[in-house]
Amino acid sequence: MSFPILDVIVFLPLGAALAIALLPRQEPATMAKWLALSAGAVEFAFALWMVIAFKTGDAHAGFQFTTKGSWFGDLGISWYLGVDGISLFLVAITALLFPIAMATKPVPDAHTPRAYLAWMLLLESACMATFLSLDAFLFFIAFEITLVPGYFVILGGDAPRRGYAATKFFLFTFAGSAFLFVGILATYLLVSAHLPTGTTGSFDIVTLARGAMRLPLADQELLLLSFGVAFAVKMPLVPFHTWMPDAYTQAPTGGSMVLAGTLFKLGAYGILRWGIFLFPRAAVDLAPLALTLAAVGIIWGSVVAAVQRDLKRLVAYGSVAGVGFIVVGLFGFTVQGITGGIIEMVNHGLSTGGLFLLVGMVWERRRTYRFNELGGLQTVAPVLGWVFMAVLLSAAGLPGLNGFVGELLVLIGTFITHRWWAVVATSGALLGAIYLLWAYQRVFHGPAKAVNAGVRDMTWAERAAIAPLLGGMIFIGVYPQPLLVRVQPAVDHLIAHIEYADPSLKIPASGVGHGTFAVPPDQVVDTPAAPVPSAASPTGAASATGASATGRAK
Amino acid sequence: MITLVTLPPSGPGCTISNAVASDAKVSGLCSAPGSLSIPVEYRSIAPLLILGIAALVVLGLSATLPKRRYPGLWAGLTFAAGLGTAVDGVVQWVNLNTAANTNITVGGQVLYDHFSAFFAILFGCATALGALMSDGYLGREGLDGPEPYVLMLLCSAGGVLMAEAAGLITLFLGLEVLSISLYTMTAYHRRRAASGEAGLKYFILGSFSSALFIYGAALVYGATGSTQYYEIFRFLTSTAIAHNGILLAGMAFLIAGLGFKVAAVPFHFWTPDVYQGAPTPFVGYMAAVAKAAGFAGLLRVLMLALPTEVANWRPAIWVLATASVLVGSVLALAQSDLKRLLAYSSISQVGYVLIGLQAGTQAGWSAASFYLFTYTFMVLGTFAVVGVIQGRGEVRNDLGALRGLAGRSPWLAASMLVLLLAQAGVPLTSGFLGKWVVISAVIGKGQYGLALIGMLGAAIAAFIYLRLALLMYMPAVTAAGVRAAEAGVRAAPGGQGVAGGPGEAEEGAEDLEAMATAGLAARGAVVALRAPSSARLRVPTATAAVLAVCVAFTVFAGVSSPVLSLAHSIGLTWAP
Repeated sequence: MSFPILDVIVFLPLGAALAIALLPRQEPATMAKWLALSAGAVEFAFALWMVIAFKTGDAHAGFQFTTKGSWFGDLGISWYLGVDGISLFLVAITALLFPIAMATKPVPDAHTPRAYLAWMLLLESACMATFLSLDAFLFFIAFEITLVPGYFVILGGDAPRRGYAATKFFLFTFAGSAFLFVGILATYLLVSAHLPTGTTGSFDIVTLARGAMRLPLADQELLLLSFGVAFAVKMPLVPFHTWMPDAYTQAPTGGSMVLAGTLFKLGAYGILRWGIFLFPRAAVDLAPLALTLAAVGIIWGSVVAAVQRDLKRLVAYGSVAGVGFIVVGLFGFTVQGITGGIIEMVNHGLSTGGLFLLVGMVWERRRTYRFNELGGLQTVAPVLGWVFMAVLLSAAGLPGLNGFVGELLVLIGTFITHRWWAVVATSGALLGAIYLLWAYQRVFHGPAKAVNAGVRDMTWAERAAIAPLLGGMIFIGVYPQPLLVRVQPAVDHLIAHIEYADPSLKIPASGVGHGTFAVPPDQVVDTPAAPVPSAASPTGAASATGASATGRAK
Repeated sequence: MITLVTLPPSGPGCTISNAVASDAKVSGLCSAPGSLSIPVEYRSIAPLLILGIAALVVLGLSATLPKRRYPGLWAGLTFAAGLGTAVDGVVQWVNLNTAANTNITVGGQVLYDHFSAFFAILFGCATALGALMSDGYLGREGLDGPEPYVLMLLCSAGGVLMAEAAGLITLFLGLEVLSISLYTMTAYHRRRAASGEAGLKYFILGSFSSALFIYGAALVYGATGSTQYYEIFRFLTSTAIAHNGILLAGMAFLIAGLGFKVAAVPFHFWTPDVYQGAPTPFVGYMAAVAKAAGFAGLLRVLMLALPTEVANWRPAIWVLATASVLVGSVLALAQSDLKRLLAYSSISQVGYVLIGLQAGTQAGWSAASFYLFTYTFMVLGTFAVVGVIQGRGEVRNDLGALRGLAGRSPWLAASMLVLLLAQAGVPLTSGFLGKWVVISAVIGKGQYGLALIGMLGAAIAAFIYLRLALLMYMPAVTAAGVRAAEAGVRAAPGGQGVAGGPGEAEEGAEDLEAMATAGLAARGAVVALRAPSSARLRVPTATAAVLAVCVAFTVFAGVSSPVLSLAHSIGLTWAP
């Protein structure tokens, strides 16, 4: 048995949280902080080690480092963890963001309360478990349990309406999870009914995926919708997003970082791993719905962000647009699109996390987020200004930084199969640049007002906090290859799975981005000779047929 | 599964007539002329004997020992009896696992199976914990004496009898023993008018429900010719009834009568008043035991006597379940009294047990039993906390009593938080697992609508529990702060530009408070929230132990499977 690195990644923050909670009261508050930060650093080291040790190549498209143990065996539930290209970098970004978020102070000029640190570590543990779990029950538990520490992290700051925001956050997601709860149970029971006699049902993802594919299409669609509601609330997709601006703005800086950087990735990741993978045919059918919501989200988020008078709210609404890009990529059903979507998730963690960190720095200096009270900070705090500019350009998708790689792949990938949605999404990229640069202009340019004149520049500690994020942005921007080789086999695998489930769908492999991203021929799962008649052919597939002229039919 | 193999007859010439082959309608009595001997298998009624004898011992000792010489004696004896019952339940369980046992004993009046052993464990635990909780409370209120413990023991004995009854008459006996003890316990706080009022209300409505129940039993007897579950079942499976109106009416009355006991909507009207008035630890005990006993009876009647009528009672239970979940959750939102709020929350919890019952399958009744078992610990722990924070004379039952609890007593607040989250159904607690198995049972029957209503109701209920959690983690109100507020010297809502001064902190507190009081109609409630809480909390050791046990169990049953497996092996059908 090899070293159970995933168990360690899940339980290390949990142990640290317990240690902090049980720390004697007379210990100074800084002790708890050092403990939390070192736990976060060790966690990151483990995550980094996992990324490096992760085997690449098509032979390793499946789950790696898996651990499986019995847990509620009567109910077909097991403790089953594993990582593949899809979750690998989400784990890494989580491990990176949390220590930085814990280093920020929830209430300026006061010691970080140890309860806050303990809740943060618990949140990290729950996020890790969500990304790593391969058992639907375990996934649901981890997904749902994030609410409790999330709630207390939002409460941890000193924003005036934090009670309202935290409760809204909890209730919205809890209500969304009700659908997921019913959906998971229904999937399990329906799949168990189709299993060969003598085998007991199981919540593990492979069993579920095998069986769920064979369910009647109408059932699959309803199940996918029930999963989708929960994930859409968590992400949040547009009609379900109203909790989000409140939660992001009322949370303390560190809380906003992990909420935006990690927590909402749970939704995007969930829809990929537990939505598209379990119900590929239904996903193809419902893709127009998801894409429309995402496209509306991109435009709407950008426009609303542009008219905000408050810097933090602007970043929050901007993140709605970011979510839109991710979903557009995922529901393009091309290797480029899904790979782009995954890279966008990582990017979004880096850029939005970084932006919230910087916004928090502005708050610590000026105690306001309002544009009309800010302005001219560039002259008094040049380093802050330049760093802000860099992070902002990464969010806007400047070539050479990470945002460009993700957005390009998403747009290319989706353009092949769902042309018009990609066109709408592209305009979002433009709008993003507009509101971000306009915000920068209002905060940093112009003459410094009297109150802003005394603002100090970034301290070394702050520079150290933002440096890993900046490093990540530049690294992904100029050399995304290490990411792509790790992500791509898993995505190929997923695409093959979708094609196998829905033979009428032809995903063109050679389009714009052939070469690295093409589905290798040996991955092709046998396609039945007679394709399903077009009556069953979904809208998504219909729009795909146009592009499939150049498809893989050999 | 209940097998009908009987004991060898104990006396010469005596045969027990409850065997399958027998034609006798009224089973249980020895059929030999002139003989009144009924063979008793004592191990099947051992929990009942332990509780009943303990009650008599406490009564006897209290008459002979000098008053107030041995503080804690009565609670200790009750605790020991409760523990003994629970242990005996475990022994019964193991015994039932190993030996091929008779399941109908004591003249055909008692069912001896996993179900009754399971509920014996439940009642034993509830009695033990309830006794420990009551000790500190009764001491504080100056009410200590043997009487409540005697009543508690008798009440549990009634509960055990209800769970192991093999017929409607025995069930009714248990029901009455349980109910009458509870009426008296409710009215036990002599100096609180609310307590007496609650006792009277409970008594009147409870007697009414008992009457409904016994009328239902009579109608069922009229329709089927027996009050024994097995006889009813056999009659209904072997006979095609052309007009089943009487049977259905009887069934409806039985459901209504037991529905009163478990406080399902629309039979819940007594609950808030009684919970508000009764002494706090007794409320916790009552919420655990009365519900468990009522459900034990309901499960027995519906699954054993009336399984053939499943198509008729499932819709009725569907309505009760959805109404309980929704009405309980929604009305709890508007409560400003802590005990009243918990009463409505307990009504909504009943809905989930009913959801399990509604499935009418093995998965369903084992889920319902598991839910009841875990709920016992949640509700006892919750009321243990309420009993501590309300202060002497139950002066603070408003929500404001919880305010700032985390600052005053972090461990108490943390325990309460776990129990509240468990009731909300947050993962890694037994409450989540309970909801999981209950909902999974109805989904197994294709009832997606009921499942969704249940889970959305849980989301509404989560708001109540979050409100309480929020209150606990709010900064406490100081007397000075209240005076300032009363004098109207409040800082104007801080402008956005004002750098985090006192104005902003005040505003923050106001928002938390607005959240905590959202939807509360009474202005008085908001004012009460501002009243300072009593400075010092004294947690009696026994109560702290109860709380520790409840929290530990709630987490343990939520992350590991032994309790669940136990509930899963409960059978509730007749052997073919």
